[in-house]
Amino acid sequence: MILEDTSPPPRSQIRARSSKLSAYLARSLPLYVMMLPGLIGLILFSYLPIYGVALAFQKFNPGLGVLKSPWVGLANFRYLFTLPEFWRITRNTFIIAVAKTITLQFFAVLLALMLNEVRSRIFKRSIQTIVYLPHFLSWVILGGLMLDLLGSTGLVNQLLRQLGAKSIIFLGSNTWFRPVLIITYLWQEVGWSAIIYLAALTGIDPVLYEAAAIDGANHLKQIRYVTLPGILSTVMLVAVLGLGSMLDAGFDQVLNLYNPVVYPTGDILDTYIYRAGLVSAQFSLATAVGLFRSIVRLILVATGYWLANKYTDYRIF
Amino acid sequence: MIEDKSWGWRTFKVANYIVLSIVGLICLFPLIHFLAVSFSDRAASVGGLVTLWPIRFTTASYELVLKAPLFYQSLIVSAQRIVFGVSLQMAVTILTAYPLSRAARRFKGRNFLMWLLLVGLFTDWGIIPWWLVIRSLGLMNRIWALVIPPAMSPISVILMMNFFREIPQELDDAARIDGASHWRRLFQIYMPLSIPAIATLTLFSIVFHWNSWFDGMVLIYDVNKQPLQTFLRSVVIGLDTSYLAMPQRMQEEFLLFSERSIRAASVFLAIVPVLVLYPFLQRYFVTGIKLGSVKG
Repeated sequence: MILEDTSPPPRSQIRARSSKLSAYLARSLPLYVMMLPGLIGLILFSYLPIYGVALAFQKFNPGLGVLKSPWVGLANFRYLFTLPEFWRITRNTFIIAVAKTITLQFFAVLLALMLNEVRSRIFKRSIQTIVYLPHFLSWVILGGLMLDLLGSTGLVNQLLRQLGAKSIIFLGSNTWFRPVLIITYLWQEVGWSAIIYLAALTGIDPVLYEAAAIDGANHLKQIRYVTLPGILSTVMLVAVLGLGSMLDAGFDQVLNLYNPVVYPTGDILDTYIYRAGLVSAQFSLATAVGLFRSIVRLILVATGYWLANKYTDYRIF
Repeated sequence: MIEDKSWGWRTFKVANYIVLSIVGLICLFPLIHFLAVSFSDRAASVGGLVTLWPIRFTTASYELVLKAPLFYQSLIVSAQRIVFGVSLQMAVTILTAYPLSRAARRFKGRNFLMWLLLVGLFTDWGIIPWWLVIRSLGLMNRIWALVIPPAMSPISVILMMNFFREIPQELDDAARIDGASHWRRLFQIYMPLSIPAIATLTLFSIVFHWNSWFDGMVLIYDVNKQPLQTFLRSVVIGLDTSYLAMPQRMQEEFLLFSERSIRAASVFLAIVPVLVLYPFLQRYFVTGIKLGSVKG
């Protein structure tokens, strides 16, 4: 920097500009070199897939490839919208995702409030340690566990029989499949989701509680008038950002728990795309469903972030 | 908080402890039950006699799984994908986060690249285009199909960048005036000061690679090259224990395990590494949450 300032003024404007540029490059070239691997990865795996979207407008033939397959315009979509299955999987996806999100956030707030009232540090930490654990296990492991637990010889049905009730085929019943998805998801994620609320609770100024107590508020009133308003903005933020996951019904979970019997209530966009595309090789149909999903999802995510930006001070960076 | 000593409040507190204990027990119960099944003999596990304690304790199921060649093979694949996948992801994350943490006037094009990254983060073109890209890159049926695509993770880059931006600007200015290059500043100032963030992202990356099973299922068709979780899926979800079956088992040995206890044992072997990492994860995920909420 100092050297630059004391250097003699360049003879011509052009030389000045080029030397400025070369000085900038000498200083900043490493930044571009560092950026290279990430940029290549981003282009390959976030932008190159866009060419695959072309399949949705083609009668794709794997032998001919994307470039030579015949174009059919919107025919795939027209066909798709007449399929009763398509509306079924869209409805299932939406119902499951919304039910899961609302249940999870409700119980996460409740768990955080309860943990917040615990005075014993050891007790609090042990409970936290236990409830966070399932978040780190894959749905292959959890699915194996649930298939066993909820199966006809599983522990849950043993218990039902002991209580004199009939056994229930939970994972083979269209009445039970959605509740099972919601409850097992709750079991996996409730602890993890409570973390953000616990953080918000520790952020509440203790002076507010003291002031409320002096004004005669009992503990319940303190929760009502200090604690709840204190985490309201976090709840709003999570709700708004949760908009983006309204089409995310949990591919890993459903794929590992469902079977053809529960397709009417449990088949979702993602599992349908997987089966149509990678199992039955109907690439064009699967891509059309995928594109529909991607566009709706993008609109929801963008709306969520826009709202978060507008009504809270949330920013991703 | 000022202590409330009313009766109603005291009752609530006791109820609170009881309900939380029950929640904790419900969370643990399925895991302990399955652990007990994995250590029980055939009659007990098939007959549904096991609840929380193994009946006629035996390690036969574990011995069987551990002797299966495919279990080992897939464990090696998982280890490989973790070693290559995590180091590549961390290298790419750190190298990408550093330039993006610079001010736009010091790194021309920074804002454009940032937009590129954000659009990449928010768009998801679905699994068919993803699968086609990996296929056309010639990665199918190779371990690189599991390692290279997750290497660039926009969200970890953003978290790392946010952390770099929290490091006091004065340190960077001082080093720059003393003539330290960008490489030197990254390696000698930014990285040593970012150990908690790097540790957090590394741990999460290990867990991600260990838990991934879908990519192994649709990108690798050779069973010998599939990672553990993909192999495990065929055993516990596909309910196919034939991979593990050994020829000419003796009759008395056969009485020791069942398909059910084998599934339970394989599930537990896959949980062990997560349990080993768990104390570290717990230590660091608070940092992780903070990383996510920092505004730069």
